[in-house]
Amino acid sequence: MSKKDTIAFEDRIVGFPQLGNYGIAIAEIAKLFGKKVILPPPITKRTIELGTKHSPEGVCVPFKYNLGNYIELVEKGANCLIQAGAGCRYGYYGEVQKKILADLGYNVQFITLNRVFDILGVYKKIKSVNPRQNAWSFGKTMVLVISKLWAIDAIEDICRKNIGFEARIGHIEGLFRAFLAELTAASTLGAVMSVKRKYSRLIASVPITKPYRPLRVGVVGEVYILMEPFSNFYLEKTLGKMGVEIHRFVDVTSVIWDSLHWRSYIKRQVKKARPYLTYDLGAHGTSSVAISNHLMKQGFDGIIHIKPFGCLPEINAMPMLNRVSRDYHCPVVYFSFDSQTSENGVKTRLEAFYDMLVFKRKKKRKI
Amino acid sequence: MKKIKCFLGVDIGSISTKAVVIDKNRKIYASSYIWTEANPIQAVKRLLGNIEEQLKGKNIEIIASGTTGSARELIGTILNATIIKNEITAHAIGTLHYHSDVRTILEIGGQDSKIIILDDGVVVDYAMNTLCAAGTGAFLQAQARRLSIPVEEFGEYAIRSQSPVKMAGRCTVFAESDLVHKAQMGYPREDIVAGLCNSIVHNYLNNVGKGKNISSPVVFQGGVSKNIGVAKSFEKILGLPIHIDDIGHLMGAVGIAILAGESDTEKPFSFDIKDINFTTTGIECGGCANNCELICVLREGKFMDAWGNRCPNGIVRAKQRMKELSTKSK
Repeated sequence: MSKKDTIAFEDRIVGFPQLGNYGIAIAEIAKLFGKKVILPPPITKRTIELGTKHSPEGVCVPFKYNLGNYIELVEKGANCLIQAGAGCRYGYYGEVQKKILADLGYNVQFITLNRVFDILGVYKKIKSVNPRQNAWSFGKTMVLVISKLWAIDAIEDICRKNIGFEARIGHIEGLFRAFLAELTAASTLGAVMSVKRKYSRLIASVPITKPYRPLRVGVVGEVYILMEPFSNFYLEKTLGKMGVEIHRFVDVTSVIWDSLHWRSYIKRQVKKARPYLTYDLGAHGTSSVAISNHLMKQGFDGIIHIKPFGCLPEINAMPMLNRVSRDYHCPVVYFSFDSQTSENGVKTRLEAFYDMLVFKRKKKRKI
Repeated sequence: MKKIKCFLGVDIGSISTKAVVIDKNRKIYASSYIWTEANPIQAVKRLLGNIEEQLKGKNIEIIASGTTGSARELIGTILNATIIKNEITAHAIGTLHYHSDVRTILEIGGQDSKIIILDDGVVVDYAMNTLCAAGTGAFLQAQARRLSIPVEEFGEYAIRSQSPVKMAGRCTVFAESDLVHKAQMGYPREDIVAGLCNSIVHNYLNNVGKGKNISSPVVFQGGVSKNIGVAKSFEKILGLPIHIDDIGHLMGAVGIAILAGESDTEKPFSFDIKDINFTTTGIECGGCANNCELICVLREGKFMDAWGNRCPNGIVRAKQRMKELSTKSK
């Protein structure tokens, strides 16, 4: 680390890229990296414009979103940025973004947690930038962070499954916003748990008109696009509101949990994806196939596969998904997202997808 | 005498705009096919003029209308349509009426191409081209201009060819440089045109049709289906007979007209719409940093609807802004 790279702990203003609604949880861990933390401004068109302008053209779109976030964070005063990294090209994100930001003349400290999959690794990383960090408060923070992430995932899951059937439109969304606000304020494990309990009860008691067997659609694919609704044009919400129960199995909780024992996780996923796979596809490609296979066995009505344009692990998964789809007579639609995909195209395809599911159901009923 | 109740279907594509009027027995009373010329409102007005002309003297009353195609929401609002549906469903419904046993619908239009797989009269799978317009009508049109052959005669050139040249079909830019190269090498134009038709088919099958189970009967639709060269290439490459209807280019409009007829609601429709002044204004919302670009439709200066907002505040703001604008101009 060169001298210019390091900023004293007291002067650090930490920023991290936006990811769905997880910002409030990630902020807790970011506090360990510096004195002050600023939340990333919500992703807007400007974010992606900035990101695209300064990114290599062919890079996958999460990189562009992240970079746009960083630039906006720096504009707001951040001087210490955090990036993680894992399996695929994501592993190079940190280094390349650090270089780009330096070339742009931003004087920031860039901390990468590349391939840090265990709690101890995170602790070591924090210790290296903040030697005064003690293990006890680190542990306490981690418990809080993970419980918050888990609470968000649990509540989001209930919302996804019910949003298309609420009697009063906007009811669940309103509750969800209130939940996020209360969760932000929660500062102990107990508080998080009680907020989570309260809202799962509240959302469960929202009057809904769900048929006995609603249309069920599974969403699989690349992690960032799955979790950041802006980047997928609110695909889940749009489809859900047409009257579909949306199921998603990849969220931050699952990603963290699985990366703690990645090897055995992949082994299990390959097993689940049999007979379509015998080897790992890299990143979450394997789980896309495994989850689809699993869902189709359960008789789901359709699968939506989403990925950034040019995402190799997910492209690897597509031929297998085609096979799965043919064998189970269950449609799979593919969406590729980039910085310029028009919203209309996504909407048209989703509408057609919904129509198709409805027609198929009607036919089944006739038989 | 009692008036015959009819349904109007309008399909506003990127390149062409189509309309049909059918009755409940799906008999076509009037149809029209014109270029959109990037002005859907004007195109629809001209289209309605055509239709009205054709319906003159016939004792017909239109009780429901539907819109499909990429400008379906805009035109649907203007026409006060009974139903607004995506083009994939519309094409499937239209085709099923003429070929109840169809299993594969290949559709190549101006800007997009799609494949629809049906099983026993139900759509079971579909795909649409994702990011690029290669392998669509726009590509053929661009190449036709370069060869200075009218795009309508393209097919005839192609079937005269004995040995089509190989052409890169992946990307319009690559194909174009291939085309220039082959032309400068001295290949006859017939072979080049036939090569282009083959490259469209390869591109389509590799992009849209990838992994799809294409089985007979196959129906080929969309503007490009009028190109006999492409149809012949499809037959050769797929090894399956291809059906092409005379009204293949109108199928989306027929489908949406059928859907409009099947919906139980009746909305009166009048041809006066073509004399009403519709304007669209693009504004930037400004409600947050996202700055959604909103498109507002105004009927005689009065706000009708707006699109493009990513949150519910958009419409409210659009209404306000339009009011401000109109009071200012007064």
